[in-house]
Amino acid sequence: MANLGTDRVKRGMAEMQKGGVIMDVVNAEQAKIAEEAGAVAVMALERVPSDIRAAGGVARMADPTIVEEVMNAVSIPVMAKARIGHVVEARVLEAMGVDYIDESEVLTPADEVYHLNKKEYTVPFVCGCRDLGEAARRIGEGTSMLRTKGEPGTGNIVEAVRHMREVNGQVRKLISMSTDEIMTFAKDLGAPYQVLLDIKANGRLPVVNFAAGGVATPADAALMMELGADGVFVGSGIFKSDEPAKFAKAIVEATTHYQDYQLIADISKGLGTAMKGLEISSIAPEQRMQDRGW
Amino acid sequence: MTKIGVLGLQGAVREHIKSIERSGAEAVVVKKVEQLAEIDGLILPGGESTTMRRLINQYGFLQPLQQFSNAGKPIFGTCAGLILLAKEIVGQQEPHLALMDIKVERNAFGRQRESFEATLAIEGVAPDFEAVFIRAPYIIKAEANVEVLAKYNGAIVAARQGTILCTAFHPELTEDDRLTRYFVKMVEDVKKELA
Repeated sequence: MANLGTDRVKRGMAEMQKGGVIMDVVNAEQAKIAEEAGAVAVMALERVPSDIRAAGGVARMADPTIVEEVMNAVSIPVMAKARIGHVVEARVLEAMGVDYIDESEVLTPADEVYHLNKKEYTVPFVCGCRDLGEAARRIGEGTSMLRTKGEPGTGNIVEAVRHMREVNGQVRKLISMSTDEIMTFAKDLGAPYQVLLDIKANGRLPVVNFAAGGVATPADAALMMELGADGVFVGSGIFKSDEPAKFAKAIVEATTHYQDYQLIADISKGLGTAMKGLEISSIAPEQRMQDRGW
Repeated sequence: MTKIGVLGLQGAVREHIKSIERSGAEAVVVKKVEQLAEIDGLILPGGESTTMRRLINQYGFLQPLQQFSNAGKPIFGTCAGLILLAKEIVGQQEPHLALMDIKVERNAFGRQRESFEATLAIEGVAPDFEAVFIRAPYIIKAEANVEVLAKYNGAIVAARQGTILCTAFHPELTEDDRLTRYFVKMVEDVKKELA
């Protein structure tokens, strides 16, 4: 008897991506460049976050033609984004055979109150988080993988750093707490109590936590690994740089050998210009993607 | 003490390390070629085989890994590791390490939504092993010198050829260390012979 879509199968898929880089792509050609560079998966999108930001308006699930084109182009796993709370977009992506769904704040939320009940799906989900409360809520809903929200499409690492430090700091605090303090901690964080008990018992989050939202250079990727990320998502950083193929390879290498600083120096030479970054304070609060979802 | 390495370029490295330690051997993450000299056996973990191959090339691991195996030191490949070990891969011109006389098909059970768990009987290891298959490959042909250890619906999912062991599933994702212990024993036996 085969059991499909169990926690082990869904979380295990994300475990296999550890130490790797997941790259945003908008067509088959970019997907092949990403695979060639050593990406562990690609995220099929209609537009990368910085273009979504520039275009404004409502951002939705990608045209299935693009997702299909990418799925046919590469043998590594393909992820795609659905709007927060959009049951049908998620079901459509699942029906298409996408390997992982990102319930993503990069798209305009379909529901401002409820996230998807991800336990009901055979396909695993990845969700963004800024702190342990948000991480635990998503785990409670059944996400199989976490990532920092960061501030997508900015090329500015500061928010991803904030979110990674926040989650890891709170996990450390939780582990050192005595059990009778945890209910109050759960109340303060708005986190499901049982999820916190599990994290305390195991000494770590039950799913992997990748860095995302603002990674623009090999050094940024290595920094996130140094801070405890299990791997890295790169959105606009690669295909908005001068030489995407070279840039993609350099980011993969920096992620694998994040503590080999001489190597990071060497691969960072002559990479051309990275994407132009955005100062977070220059983004109007209502345009900050990280504040979408709760 | 027997020392077993886990190739740590990408993938589920930590889980294998823990399983090795629970099985009574010393575990080490191998990121550099020089480290191969200090270990008695090596695990090629699950992950993305395409990615791992790129990294193996980039860091000059290909020949050293082949030499490691030719020197009689045991290797255990899980999922992506099995693909790396095969002499023939469906739809691909070139194999990777080409150490086992098997022909494998990648993602043979389908995409992630077809990934599954099932209980398997593994010859000489366990009658009831909970196997986790994730976008898994399987062996479509094994030469006579390859010992088939387990099948699922007719497909070969675990095999051994001398000092090389492979599984299409991920023993490292369960708490069941019986396969790791089996490999540790293989390594210990070879270590005694070589001594």
